[in-house]
Amino acid sequence: MSLTEINVTINGKAYAEWVEPRMLLSDFIRETCGLTGTHVGCEHGVCGACTISMDGAAVRSCLIFAVQADNREIKTVEGLACNGEMTALQKNFVECHGLQCGFCTAGILMSITDFLEKNPQPSTKEIKETLSGHLCRCTGYDGIVKAVQKTVQDNQKEVLQRS
Amino acid sequence: MGKVIGKAVTRVEDMRLLTGQGKYIDDIGTPAQTFQAAILRSSSPHANLVSIDTAEAEKVSGVKAVITGEQVKKYLDPFSVGVSAPVHYYPIAVDKVRYVGEPVAVVVAKSRYIAEDAMERIKVKYEALPPVIDIEGSMEEDAPILHENVGSNVANHRTFHYGRVDQAFEEADRVIKHKYLFPKYTATPVETYGIIANYESSENQYTVHANFHGPFVIQAIMAQALKIPSNKLRIIVPKDIGGSYGIKAGTFPYMVLLSVASRIAGCPVKWIEDRQEHLSASSSGTDRVTYIEAAVKNNGKVTGLRMKMIDNVGAYIRAPEPACLYRTHANSTGAYDIPNLHIDAYAIMTNKLPTGLIRGYGGQELYFPLERIMQRVAFELNLDPADVMRENLIKKEQFPYKTASGGMYDSGDYMKGFELALKTGKYEEFRKKQEKARKEGKILGVGLACIVEPSGSNMGYITVALTPEERAKSLPKSGCSEAATVSMDPMGSVNVRISTTPSGQGHETVAAQIVSEVLSIPADKIKVVAELDTSTSAWSIASGSYSSRFASLGSSAVFYAAHKVKDKLMKIASHQMKVSESELELRDGAFYEKNDPTKKYALKRAAGSAHWNPLSLPEGMEPGIYETYYYSVKAAEPPDENDLINSSVTYGFVADLVTVEIDPDTGEVRILDYVTIHDAGKLLNPLIVDGQIFGGLAHGLGGALYEELVYDNKGQLLTGSFMDYLCPTAPEIPNVTIKHIETPSPMTPLGAKGLGEGNTMSAPVAVANAVSDALTPYLVEIDTLPLSPNRIWTLLNQAKQNKNKEVTV
Ligand code: FES
Ligand code: FES
Repeated sequence: MSLTEINVTINGKAYAEWVEPRMLLSDFIRETCGLTGTHVGCEHGVCGACTISMDGAAVRSCLIFAVQADNREIKTVEGLACNGEMTALQKNFVECHGLQCGFCTAGILMSITDFLEKNPQPSTKEIKETLSGHLCRCTGYDGIVKAVQKTVQDNQKEVLQRS
Repeated sequence: MGKVIGKAVTRVEDMRLLTGQGKYIDDIGTPAQTFQAAILRSSSPHANLVSIDTAEAEKVSGVKAVITGEQVKKYLDPFSVGVSAPVHYYPIAVDKVRYVGEPVAVVVAKSRYIAEDAMERIKVKYEALPPVIDIEGSMEEDAPILHENVGSNVANHRTFHYGRVDQAFEEADRVIKHKYLFPKYTATPVETYGIIANYESSENQYTVHANFHGPFVIQAIMAQALKIPSNKLRIIVPKDIGGSYGIKAGTFPYMVLLSVASRIAGCPVKWIEDRQEHLSASSSGTDRVTYIEAAVKNNGKVTGLRMKMIDNVGAYIRAPEPACLYRTHANSTGAYDIPNLHIDAYAIMTNKLPTGLIRGYGGQELYFPLERIMQRVAFELNLDPADVMRENLIKKEQFPYKTASGGMYDSGDYMKGFELALKTGKYEEFRKKQEKARKEGKILGVGLACIVEPSGSNMGYITVALTPEERAKSLPKSGCSEAATVSMDPMGSVNVRISTTPSGQGHETVAAQIVSEVLSIPADKIKVVAELDTSTSAWSIASGSYSSRFASLGSSAVFYAAHKVKDKLMKIASHQMKVSESELELRDGAFYEKNDPTKKYALKRAAGSAHWNPLSLPEGMEPGIYETYYYSVKAAEPPDENDLINSSVTYGFVADLVTVEIDPDTGEVRILDYVTIHDAGKLLNPLIVDGQIFGGLAHGLGGALYEELVYDNKGQLLTGSFMDYLCPTAPEIPNVTIKHIETPSPMTPLGAKGLGEGNTMSAPVAVANAVSDALTPYLVEIDTLPLSPNRIWTLLNQAKQNKNKEVTV
């Protein structure tokens, strides 16, 4: 099968690679780029484990071909923490026991990071609705919802303190 | 260092998992020249394999080998099974296919993409045979037979008689009975099965990396199937497993299949299961028909039970089945004091996916009929279900309680737990609310369930599938051994090696807590290695992560191994300080003289001596600090000649109260509140405990309302994707209140019991009881699950029509 060259930036790093047009973006990220933090749970767009951020929007990398990511900017879970310091959301996942096996977690972090950027003060119902695009079979979602709620509260406090 | 065990500390696993640095099976890398496998699967539920033409597939560039059952069979014996029926189970179809999804051929190629391309070019000719789908239908005389050499579809049949059952039924005021069907559903961890198998001809050895979590008794079964000495099958389990809930015990046939594929192809082979494969062909829970009869006194006291249980183990009975029938054997009478018990147990085979461990294993299948019949007793006697349960619950003074079938419930205060559930859930208040709502045309209901949660399986229970005479022919089986190793290096740093193959339960964290407290060093200085390697780890047949065995057994092994290290260090310190051990105490990383706290000897120094200066050690002491402890419990004895068996080590208790509202127009069940009270003995880490409970509850609610592996009457699977197999997502999870009571287990050094499966066992029937309660005015019996809007709407409408008919007649 013929190969196509693509140029993708992932977590700030440029990748120039030759790929088959049918290669899934999830496989490209994991296998070609070696970023195994993004997980694959269904390859049909339901479980949400493979969620990444592309040009600032959370998308499912199992539903996208690698060639579609040409000239795009991607962020994966590996790109969230900065100099070894986790984001507030990640820290609250620790505090609130928002993960057990951790397999669904990367996708959820990517979705919620995007969601909170666009909607900094969501209601619990909105949080749950956003989470409905993700399957977690370990936690029963309780810890996850709490981690997101706590992040929202922390952000609010910060905003209040600043003003 | 104060107390660490029992504290809600956050987890050491989290940082790596949150930053994308987890090491799951698909992340650990592969040996050079590893090829990828794809598996062609049967599209037919029951057929003779006439021919498999692989020629075209082999021509595809990049294909290394196309492997069929005929080739694989040369290197294998059928897997041994725990029943006497001669079922020949291979990990790939040989002359027949018996379920949709059964492996038919393996393609090994440079990439998964190429392997799948080639797979499409394989031509298989099937000669269709009539399928067997229905549980009871499989036992009919003219039913098609899956395994001709077995002669029928019954893989196992045993009857058990405990106490004076006939007398109880003769003397009963009433006999209340019904038939219930618990459906086939599954676990669907978000990470599917994954295997990297490598055969080295120079050593005649297979090395298999897999997200397999035991029981490691299956290692022996795999080695036997591969016809090699068991030390030639090295299994390595990565430290991170992306969830299992039991189902990853079922990776073993694929581990063997891929091992042989590696041998035939002459290269290491990797296979990651896809979701469709997982739903159709990994493993699943066991569907069961139960005919239950209760001998009842007019006050609601149940004096005897008869249960005919028919388990559908799918197309092949495979290890550890028929264990679903027997895992709960000791607790067959649940939380109730019922001395007379008759069980007629069958495991039958149909053209469906073979079954295996699933969270709750056996519990939900048992408690669904048991707790439904308790509610029915109340209904028929016109009593409050809460009163009937009170009447029958085992009382505090009766502990340790010996059950009819040989169980020894270690500790509990069931009444306290149950009353707390009623109070927390405002039972009386809800009853009033319900009455009022009924008048307004609303349908409200409340469901109760009390269950016993067994944990830490006694390996002997599986042999209950055999008669006492059959058992007598081989070595008795018992115990529940678990091992842990605690070591200290020359600098005094601690490593802990566990064999409980965690898949998200935080064993690294809890093990570190335990060792931290015993050795009085900070938990973050302790490194826990969760990877299991059968060639280098301390393990035993019971090792692994199933039957909630970490809190009861794994933690105990860690505790005692840490004590062995402490004892040795203490001896060194006493020798060096020339003070007797009894005068020393360990705190803050040093041994102190009790009478003179200015005199101390650092732990680190004691460890240092053991490595750097062995000649300074007390006479006869070995150098080094490396201690392994194997833990088992005396209570886990083999079954006796009367089939009495204490099938688990500890028995927790769960009392649930759930309230629901049903939409009369759509039949949708909405859960208003879920209250669950747990007694799991001493809690080791309450943060993790509640996480486990929540997860188990979500799975139980899935079983109650959404999840089912549906087959049509021709044997085709209808739920092969996450679009059809519905798992609960965040909005479906109701408001939940978890409360704990603690009656420490006398069986374990820390007083802990296993947990995390309880609500998977209780929620399906608690919700069913609530729905049935809500529908009382319609005289509707809930006897199967899941309670989808479709099912409820149909029941409601039938009830309404019946009523109308009555009116017109
Ligand atoms: S793997 Fe992409 S949504 Fe499941
Ligand atoms: S933490 Fe295991 S699936 Fe979510």
